[in-house]
Amino acid sequence: MWMRTKKIVIAALAAFGLAIAGATAGVAASLPNVAMLKSLGKGEGKLNIIVWAGYAENGSNDKTVDWVNPFTKATGCVVNAKTAGTSDEMVSLMKTGGYDGVSASGDATLRLIYGGQVAPVNTALVPNYKTISPFLKNQQWNSVNGQMYGIPHGWGANVLAYNAAKVKKPTSWSAVFAANSPYKGQITAYDSPIYIADAAMYLMATQPALKITNPYSLDKTQLAAAVALLKVQKKNIGEYWSDYTKSVQSFESSNTLLGSSWQVIANTINGDKKVTVATTVPKEGATGWSDTWMISSKAQHPNCMYQWMNWITSPKVNAQVAEYFGEAPSQTLACAQTADKNFCTTYHATDAAYAKKIWYWTTPTTSCLDGRGNICTDYAAWTQAWTSIKG
Amino acid sequence: MRKNRINTWLYRHKGARAALLLALPVLWLAIAYLGSLAVMLISSLWSVDSFTGNTVHSLSFGNFHTLITQRVYSTIAIRSIGVAVAVTLIDGLLAIPIALFISKVLKPRFRSVVIALVLVPLWASYLVKTYAWRSMFADGGVIAWVLKPFGIHGPGFGLAATTITLAYLWLPYMILPIYAGMDRLPNTLLEASSDLGASAGRTFRSIILPIIYPAIIAGSIFTFSLSLGDYIVVKIVGGTTQLVANVIADNVGTAGNLPFAAAMAILPITAILGYLFIVRRSGALENF
Repeated sequence: MWMRTKKIVIAALAAFGLAIAGATAGVAASLPNVAMLKSLGKGEGKLNIIVWAGYAENGSNDKTVDWVNPFTKATGCVVNAKTAGTSDEMVSLMKTGGYDGVSASGDATLRLIYGGQVAPVNTALVPNYKTISPFLKNQQWNSVNGQMYGIPHGWGANVLAYNAAKVKKPTSWSAVFAANSPYKGQITAYDSPIYIADAAMYLMATQPALKITNPYSLDKTQLAAAVALLKVQKKNIGEYWSDYTKSVQSFESSNTLLGSSWQVIANTINGDKKVTVATTVPKEGATGWSDTWMISSKAQHPNCMYQWMNWITSPKVNAQVAEYFGEAPSQTLACAQTADKNFCTTYHATDAAYAKKIWYWTTPTTSCLDGRGNICTDYAAWTQAWTSIKG
Repeated sequence: MRKNRINTWLYRHKGARAALLLALPVLWLAIAYLGSLAVMLISSLWSVDSFTGNTVHSLSFGNFHTLITQRVYSTIAIRSIGVAVAVTLIDGLLAIPIALFISKVLKPRFRSVVIALVLVPLWASYLVKTYAWRSMFADGGVIAWVLKPFGIHGPGFGLAATTITLAYLWLPYMILPIYAGMDRLPNTLLEASSDLGASAGRTFRSIILPIIYPAIIAGSIFTFSLSLGDYIVVKIVGGTTQLVANVIADNVGTAGNLPFAAAMAILPITAILGYLFIVRRSGALENF
């Protein structure tokens, strides 16, 4: 019986080994050649997109928050939105080829472009692109050689959220990084290797001897220092979060009192009226995201995707999304459409100088982003460091 | 006439009858099951382009090198096997008295009712049960509330909570095989034992335990393998704990590093194969 099983296993192994040996390699060090849509046709009636939580609201979370159903009514495209918790998830999902587009942050965009998962975007087919903030166009994370690979959606900072009743307003990220914390076991942090950049940003202010100039550009020594800081932090962490509903529940049950979070999570918690959560950007600054809608190179419904990209950056809808999520809208005309007349001022939406100060999620590469050469650690090294931090 | 010819032919060729009968299950086993395991084994030798995330189909032992040299992975592996063993022991200690009670003490007409009650939790959604435990372990939850008058702090989220929740989830899988084993134990043996002057404890140790031992092993296979492969419970009640199964899931889903996840998956496969090999000699796989 055992010998028989062994023979079956060896035979299967051999068969599949031969089959797979014939497969093609998939390395793309150079820019893949992906076709760009030349003209817009009729909508295909369906749209499959990968989104951050809160980007494709259809009234199921809050009856008054819905811009998906009006889109379907206007274009006939029925939207199927898959929520992802991290950029890694989004890259993995895009690789399956079953989606038409994605709202990618800067730490996913270049991976998708060089991996051949997304197509260049024909901005002439998106009328609302003309009035998008100019400092979001042709940036390092959404364009290559002057060709745009997406339509900017909005941008914001990873804020420090805290239970307003139980925690005094923190002014520094030391509230979550200090070794001795009165909130031991009730602190949270974002469960993704990209969070290492938050620790590096903190070290930029507290350990200037390390000479970190860009939190995504860390050589081995700087990465080791960030890892050491995060291992100290781990002792005070109650739960890491990547699923925003779990984070909401965690704050509401007071299992979590403070930690790195998104404005949309604080807005959702305050909307449920069980606890009150306030947010702040501490003095060391903040990491953040600048999101771009990208169209898949294997999109089955490209016309619907272009229509969606135009819809989501139209003034009224972009204002709705930005106010619901708590981020700066990319559309300059959205500022006149927000319910809160001071919204754009509060979020510095048209302030290019402020936008420059946020450390947007970017994929770390061996070639240092601050120009020091090939001595930096890449995302694979960060991923392994993250596993060792969580222990 | 034609039907008779086929019948006759099949009657004469025993091998063909067996082959036809087994064709579908063997195809399922060889291609779907063993085949997919083989593909996974091969992909553990591949790697992923660190920038684009695309798979590089060239063979290398890099993944295994990382697993062996970075200490965190052996820590996770030992922790996961520890949890699986702890869950098995807890379930065994709980299931034996329950199974003994149901098979030997309860009146026959109540037995099926109680067995049904043991099975009812399996009808509830896995996630519902785990989230129920999450709210029990939470600060201010039921467990903290019960322990407060004694001045003890609840375990909160973590390894203990994970072990307890897993023990709860797999308990029916331990009770049923042991109950089946005890059911086959003739009551006359127990009567004979007490006639010869043995105390209850002696009867249990010398008569019951050796006979239900294969059943206990059979139940332990369920709890051991289910615990080793579980990656959801630890995410919900485990706090910051990492177990091998959820590191594999994180590498597949979020980090998109399928080859590394496949390399990690070799560990639980090896652990369970090893356990099955040890257990084979106890006869549990035949008698059960």
